[in-house]
Amino acid sequence: MRTKTIQIGQRLLQALPSVLGIVIISFVLTRALPGDPAVYFAGMMADEQSIAEVRKALGLDRSWIEQFFIYTGNLLSGNLGMSLSTGRPVLVELLTRLPASLELTFAGLGLAILVAVPLGVLAATRPGSWIDHLCRLLVTAGVSLPTFFTGLFLMYLFYYLLGWAPSPLGRIDFLSIPPPHVSGLFLVDSLLDGDLETFWASLKQLILPAATLGLFALAPIARMTRAAMLNALSSDYVRTARANGLARSTVLGTYAFRNAALPVLTTLGMVFSFLLGANVLVEKVFSWPGIGSFAIEALVASDYAAVQGFVLAMALLFVVVNLTIDVLLTVIDPRVALEA
Amino acid sequence: MTAHPILSVDGLSVDFRTRNGTVKALDAVSLSVAKGEVLGIVGESGSGKSVTAYTVIGLLDTAGKPVAGSASYDGMDLLGARERDLSDLRGREISMIFQNPRAALNPIRPVGKQIEDVLLRHNQATRQDARQKAIGMLEKVKILEPEQRYWSYPFELSGGMCQRVMIAIALACNPRLLIADEPTTGLDVTTQKATMNLIRDLTRARGMAVVLITHDLGMAAAYCDRIVVMQKGKIVEAAPVAELFKRPQHPYTKKLIAASPGPDSQLYELTAMPDELQSTAGAAARPNGQGGKPATPASNEVLLEVKGLVKTYPRRNGAAAGWPWSKARKGADDFIAVDGISFSLGHGESLGLVGESGCGKSTTSSIVTRLLDPTAGQVILAGEDITVHKAARFARMPQRTRIQMVFQDPTESLNPRFSAADSIADPLKRLKGMKGAKPIAAKVAELADMVGLPQHLLTRFPHQLSGGQKARVGIARAIAVEPLLLVLDEPTSALDVSVQAVVLQLLDRLKRELGMSYIFVSHDLNVVRLLCERVIVMNKGRIVESGTAEAVLKNPQDPYTRRLIAAIPHFEPAKM
Amino acid sequence: MTVMTLSLRHFGYVMGENPVTAGAFALFAIIVLLALFGPWLAPYDPLATNAVNALQPPSLAHPFGTDHLGRDVLSRVIVATRLDLGIAVSAVALSFFIGSALGCAAGFWGGWTDRVVGRVTDTIMAFPLFVLAMGVVAALGNSVENIIYATAVINLPFYARVARSETSLRRNAGFVQAARLCGNSDLRILATQIFPNILPPMMVQISLNMGWAILNAAGLSFIGLGVRPPDAEWGIMVAEGATYVISGEWWLALFPGGALMLAVFCFNLLGDGLRDLVDPLRRT
Repeated sequence: MRTKTIQIGQRLLQALPSVLGIVIISFVLTRALPGDPAVYFAGMMADEQSIAEVRKALGLDRSWIEQFFIYTGNLLSGNLGMSLSTGRPVLVELLTRLPASLELTFAGLGLAILVAVPLGVLAATRPGSWIDHLCRLLVTAGVSLPTFFTGLFLMYLFYYLLGWAPSPLGRIDFLSIPPPHVSGLFLVDSLLDGDLETFWASLKQLILPAATLGLFALAPIARMTRAAMLNALSSDYVRTARANGLARSTVLGTYAFRNAALPVLTTLGMVFSFLLGANVLVEKVFSWPGIGSFAIEALVASDYAAVQGFVLAMALLFVVVNLTIDVLLTVIDPRVALEA
Repeated sequence: MTAHPILSVDGLSVDFRTRNGTVKALDAVSLSVAKGEVLGIVGESGSGKSVTAYTVIGLLDTAGKPVAGSASYDGMDLLGARERDLSDLRGREISMIFQNPRAALNPIRPVGKQIEDVLLRHNQATRQDARQKAIGMLEKVKILEPEQRYWSYPFELSGGMCQRVMIAIALACNPRLLIADEPTTGLDVTTQKATMNLIRDLTRARGMAVVLITHDLGMAAAYCDRIVVMQKGKIVEAAPVAELFKRPQHPYTKKLIAASPGPDSQLYELTAMPDELQSTAGAAARPNGQGGKPATPASNEVLLEVKGLVKTYPRRNGAAAGWPWSKARKGADDFIAVDGISFSLGHGESLGLVGESGCGKSTTSSIVTRLLDPTAGQVILAGEDITVHKAARFARMPQRTRIQMVFQDPTESLNPRFSAADSIADPLKRLKGMKGAKPIAAKVAELADMVGLPQHLLTRFPHQLSGGQKARVGIARAIAVEPLLLVLDEPTSALDVSVQAVVLQLLDRLKRELGMSYIFVSHDLNVVRLLCERVIVMNKGRIVESGTAEAVLKNPQDPYTRRLIAAIPHFEPAKM
Repeated sequence: MTVMTLSLRHFGYVMGENPVTAGAFALFAIIVLLALFGPWLAPYDPLATNAVNALQPPSLAHPFGTDHLGRDVLSRVIVATRLDLGIAVSAVALSFFIGSALGCAAGFWGGWTDRVVGRVTDTIMAFPLFVLAMGVVAALGNSVENIIYATAVINLPFYARVARSETSLRRNAGFVQAARLCGNSDLRILATQIFPNILPPMMVQISLNMGWAILNAAGLSFIGLGVRPPDAEWGIMVAEGATYVISGEWWLALFPGGALMLAVFCFNLLGDGLRDLVDPLRRT
């Protein structure tokens, strides 16, 4: 058990180079702005003097190394700069919008896992059956669907034609009042508040965008589950288990699925990376007030500090997710220590 | 056999569906095993010996279907049985162990738990005493510290230990029939012997019937009561062991027996009839008087001298991984692959380098061929120290032509995108600087003739050639630049035994015709003996014994050499 | 010569076995034709506005209907093929060349080359890739060219990784060792022995990646980056049509979105088919 703790510690340490790389890249991105960043940040009406002031304030008159340390120092103190379009600190803007994005992303991921893993397992255990063909079709079609297109299509179908879904504008319809802020996740907060009506209202708003994201994430997860499961089922150790007459449920569960779960878990990291990107598009389609919508508005308004802050926040979030997956793998897979 | 058969197979035929239509994998196979009897099924790859076992136990790949015949266990029909009844039988009545034991165990489940799974499935233990019984099984297969090993994962155990665990699982429920499918393939010779002895002792004590599937006649001879020989899906001969070796009836059996090198066999005896492609040369390989020993005695002139060769590798340090800037600490932690090796080799002489996997023999040969840089020591070839040049630079120096190599796996050593002619021509172009399609083609054709490769095969790609043909291409490529020294790195270990015999004879003939020196790297002393005058035995990076092949084999001095020689399974019909 | 006919026969055999892949090849041919000759094939001028004809549902005259400015959606969808495919092909070509060069070097020489390349690709992969592309476009400036660079950057790690692992698998293969013994230099070994052998898996990667590259480029223009109106591009057309979906004018977004989907679908099917062609064992 102690070695496991040490291994987990090592995993955490191994994330440091990634974080450093992320900080370097986002620093380069902030300084790679076309033209003189000072002119941008000073705004349209700036004269020579105010540009010089901005340059000094941003530290642009110093060497790159110094600028990098100032930048890192700012990051450590949570200073991501001011958003030009809203006039508030970027960090505050991101933090207030983050829960909306997280709720959407995790709902989408959860939906995808719930459908994709059983589908992949069933397809692998019954090769050539209708469910196998369904799985292959979904997998190929799923990776080909542009999320923004799926979202619009679902919206047209369920809102315009069938009228089942509420109007696709935001996290909750304008008649309901958002639940008191605890976690920022409406579903959780409304339940904590015991307010089922609000829970229902926000769930109705969440279903279409979450399904859109889920459809997108479903394909890679199902594909990996099916492949990993097929791989495990044709392995020597499953043959051994069958040669010893172990029950079908033991062979499938203890021997095949537990081994197949490891590559699937690894894939989840990649899937999450795609999800965070798709999330931006889905937020735009459904006018979801998350950080993706915020970033798009900032992009259109050339609000660079906000965009860079967004990119950095997403990258750090992704690092945390990957770390969680790594730690899980370390706990589950006895061989991890060897590979390190 | 008078005893009532526990397993009987009668006229069994199995078809496989493939892309190119149906293939008959088994053709009217009949055999039976009596209680307490050990039956060997012997054959080369693709002979159908494993398919027989899988069909019987009901684990046949879905592409394969029994189309005729029957198989029954103790009166119960196996082919028509429901999967539920079969799975009840497997592990409790019939169990099976496989080759490559590490892959055959669940990689993420403690081995003790895997034994428990079987015990619980067949109601041989309760949740309370399962653990105790599993530890008891580990003890029975002579695993030290069974309580601790109970929690081990397969990757923490050696190949031999994993096979012991497999045996423990297979015997946990006291089955009456054990099917062992090449149980020692991939294990070292000494481990092989220990494993086979363990299987023999445990099954004897329980009066079990055993089916041993192997490609190794020597092993079958040592452990079986009766042997069936299979070829291309058919049983060509079945007889008690002594009978089979003394009076083999079928030509294929004769060929197999002849091709398996024993401690006294001579090179020319290995093929019942000389290789059709080199009939004249085959006859030439049979010198007047005795033995296949090279007629040309090795000259006293020294060709190669290796002095104090050392190769160390830094151990990978888990904590440091992932940090680009941290290098593993140098020094004490290093893994020593080769630990101060010195030897010399005369012109026209052959030297065998023998040892088990990990003994450093392959590292030594890679350094001698200058594919690898040594940590310390010298390799002096024809009076010139060739270790002063880095391996990468040496590749393009004229001295490169003097040492060439024949690789272990003929398939892997040919570029899949080069035709046979391209592969043979490569050294001619690069090292000899030959230009122009015509002279190169002529030289390639000449080389193909020398190694007995039919001209029309030269345009083929590796996947269109058989194992023996690929081996010939690899040899032709190696001798194309007329090297002084040819290093043979287990050149026949990936080949079937009948092909091995032909390739060994070819190598012997070429050596004589071209006056080359050989370094023959192998784990099999019996094979090395056929080609080499002198032998070096290596263990853990050091030379433990050296001397003439005859002396080392007949009168080994070092305890390790003795164990190694004793472990090689072989048959001596005279003593049966 | 024999090699050519042989592989052609193999190709024909595989196509016959896999009608789906054959269909994908046909679709691919159509897409390429549209990209090459789109402007001549389109029935109307894709940029010609006609306020009277705005928001017409599909009819015989306008099979895909007209948009809010009265432009013919069919013509715009056809003409957009070249831009969408152009962006994806340029981006994939860039990342293929740079990525496979880096990956081959890392896999072949190992050591510090491997560590540096590995660290660079890991750092790129540490970002959610689409988000990184947004950041790159924001930093470099909002233009089609920069969309290509951004897409190339986020594709780079995939090529580098495939090239690296395939190369290091073969680095010590018998035929590479043999080539050394035959007097080949490292660079020649890379070029003649290793690269031809890793090309098949790289081609599969290209084909699977092309669809993803198209999706990413379209996604970027959907959120308003790169392509500027009134240029026709599938992503931006869907974005323009999005506001009309709620009010029931579905054809504005559906047809360009469908074209996009079909193109990506085609490349993914091709990728799967190619993988079967190259490596029948790794069928999934």
